[in-house]
Amino acid sequence: QKVSVEVLDHLEHLALVDFRDLEGVERLQKAIQFADQLHEVNTDGVEPMDSVLEDRCLYLREDDVTEGNCTKELMENAREKVEEYFVAPPGNIPLLKLEERETFLPGS
Amino acid sequence: SPVTREAGRCRRGRAGTVLGQRGERGPVEMVLPWGIPPSGRSRVWGSGLAPWVPVVGLEIHAQISSNSKLFSGSQVQFAAPPNSLVSFFDASLPGTLPVLNRRCVEAAVMTGLALNCSINKKSLFDRKHYFYADLPAGYQITQQRVPIAVNGSLSYSLCIDNKMSQMVTKTVRIKQIQLEQDSGKSLHDDTRSQTLVDLNRAGVGLMEVVMEPDMCCGEEAAAAVRELQLILQTLGSSQAVMAEGQLRVDANVSVHHPGEPYGVRTEVKNINSIRFLAKAVDYEIQRQIEELENGGTILNETRAFDSKLGCTVPMRDKEGKQDYRFMPEPNLPPLILYDAKSLPANMNHQQVINIDWIHERLPDLPSVKREKLVEQYGILPEHSFTLLNEDGLAEFFESVVKHTQMKPKKVIGWVLNDLLSYLKQHSLTVKESPVSSFLLADLLNLLEKKEISSTAAKQVLAELWKGEGKTPLEIVKEQKLELLQDQKELEQICQAVIDGQENEVIMVVWG
Repeated sequence: QKVSVEVLDHLEHLALVDFRDLEGVERLQKAIQFADQLHEVNTDGVEPMDSVLEDRCLYLREDDVTEGNCTKELMENAREKVEEYFVAPPGNIPLLKLEERETFLPGS
Repeated sequence: SPVTREAGRCRRGRAGTVLGQRGERGPVEMVLPWGIPPSGRSRVWGSGLAPWVPVVGLEIHAQISSNSKLFSGSQVQFAAPPNSLVSFFDASLPGTLPVLNRRCVEAAVMTGLALNCSINKKSLFDRKHYFYADLPAGYQITQQRVPIAVNGSLSYSLCIDNKMSQMVTKTVRIKQIQLEQDSGKSLHDDTRSQTLVDLNRAGVGLMEVVMEPDMCCGEEAAAAVRELQLILQTLGSSQAVMAEGQLRVDANVSVHHPGEPYGVRTEVKNINSIRFLAKAVDYEIQRQIEELENGGTILNETRAFDSKLGCTVPMRDKEGKQDYRFMPEPNLPPLILYDAKSLPANMNHQQVINIDWIHERLPDLPSVKREKLVEQYGILPEHSFTLLNEDGLAEFFESVVKHTQMKPKKVIGWVLNDLLSYLKQHSLTVKESPVSSFLLADLLNLLEKKEISSTAAKQVLAELWKGEGKTPLEIVKEQKLELLQDQKELEQICQAVIDGQENEVIMVVWG
C-alpha cells in the first residue's frame, strides 16, 4: 500500500512540510509500515493509551501572576517589529495547488 | 396575510421599548435587553408558498475570569501594552510546558453545574493544529475527545408577540463545555500589507459552550446568550462583556422544510453584540431561504457578519474544510475531579477539586433570583425579568422597598417606568443614577403619606434628576407642591376663586 499523491499533497498543505524528493516519501512509507505492525496486536476490550503519563497526577497551579513582563526579551528574536508588536504577513499565504507549484510530487 | 421579505422587519415602538402589561399605575414600559422587538416564532419566512424551519445552534467562547492564564502564570488583563503579558510558554518558545491553572478548572465546573451538565470526573486535553500568526505554537490546546462537562440545559424566557405579559420559557440543550486556550490578537494593517500580532491574549483560559441547534430564530439565540451571560456574571466564572471580547458567539444556521432532513449549515462569525447576533441570524435564515427558493444551493461555508450593512458575507482565507489533525496533548495527564464519595484521603488539599464542594457553594442563579423577587415582593415575572436584566437594578429596587412604606407592587412602577426610562434616555447605568435609592424612597414616602400628589411626585423626580443635592422635601417646599389637607384652608381658597369669577359662577348656576 503506497501513500497516495492526494494524501501527500494534503500533508504538504496541512503541515507545510516539503517531501523534497523520493527519499523523503519513501521514509514516510517506511514509517507507516513500521507503525502498522501495531495492528497485529489484539486490542479488543483494551482502552487505548494515549500517554504514558496517564497515571500521573495533573499538577494544579494556584491562580497567581508569576510570569510575563518580558517584552524586551521576547522581541529580541523578532525579525521585524512595530512598536512592540510582532510583524507577520497580511494573512495565511496558502500553498498553491499541486498543478501550480514546484514540487517533485507527480502532478505538479 | 402580508408577507415580509426583509429580515427583522416587524412592529417597532420607540427603539428598545415595548408597551406591556398594565401595572398598578398604568402600562409598564418594558425595555427589551437587546432593543429588538420579538420577531421569531410566529413569523412566515420566505415567499410563504412552502413552510420553512430555520435551525440555529451556537458556539460560545467565554473568557474565564482569572488572575493568570490557563497554562501559564502571565496576567490576564484587557488593554495592556502589547506583548507585556506574555511568558515564554505563551510565545511558544522551545523548552516550555503547560501547567494547568486550578481556578480555570473551578470556573468550568461551576459553569457546568449551573447549566445542569454531567461533570466528567476524567477529562482529557488535545491539540488542534492550524497555522495562523496569532497562534505561535501552531496548535491550540483544547478538549476535543472528552471535555470537562456534557449534556446540560439552559432555560431562557421570551415574550409572545409584543406583549411582555405573556412570557414563555424555552430550553436549549448544552452539548458540552470544554476548556481551551485563547489565541493572540491580530491587527490587520492593509496599507502596509502586514499583520501586527499581540500575544497578551494568547493562552487566556476560555470555556467553550456548545448549544445544540434547538433554536429557531435570532430572538431565541439572543435570549439564550443573554441568559448565559447573566449566569456567567452571577457565578463570576466570566465577566462575559461582549464589547471586550470576553464573550464571543458563532452561530450555525440552516433551513429545511418540515419533515425533511436538516439543510446544509453555514457558520456565522464576527458578531459583536447580542443585538447583532439576532440580526445576523435572521439575515442568514432569510438569505438561505431566498437562495433555495430561487433554485440555488447553500455552501457549507463560514461567513462574517457585516454590522454596517446588516448582512453576512463569505469569509476570505477559509480554504475548504479544515483538517485540524487532533492528537492527545502529550504533556498533560488526564484531569481528574473528585466528589465527596471519591475524595482521596491522603492528597494535598490544594491538588484536589471537589465537585460537591463547589456545588454547595453555587450562588442563586438568575432564574432563582427572579422567582424569589416575585414571591417576596408580589411583582410580576416580567417585572423581575427586567430587574435582573439591568445591572444593579434589582438591588436598587430592594433598597427602595426597604426604606419606604409604599408597597413593592407600587414601587416597581416607579422603578421600571420612571427611573429606568430616565436612565435609558440618558444612557446611564443604575450605578451612575443621580437619584439614589434613598432619595427615591424619601420621595415615595411623601407620596405614600399623601403629603404630595402623584403629579407633584413626578415633578420632584424631574428636579432630583438634576442631581443638585436637594432632598425631595426641600424641593416640595421650594416649589410649594404640598397637598393641602386643612379643610378650612381649602374652603377659603375655593371661596376666593368663586368670588373672583362672579360672571362664570352665574353662568354655571344657570346651567
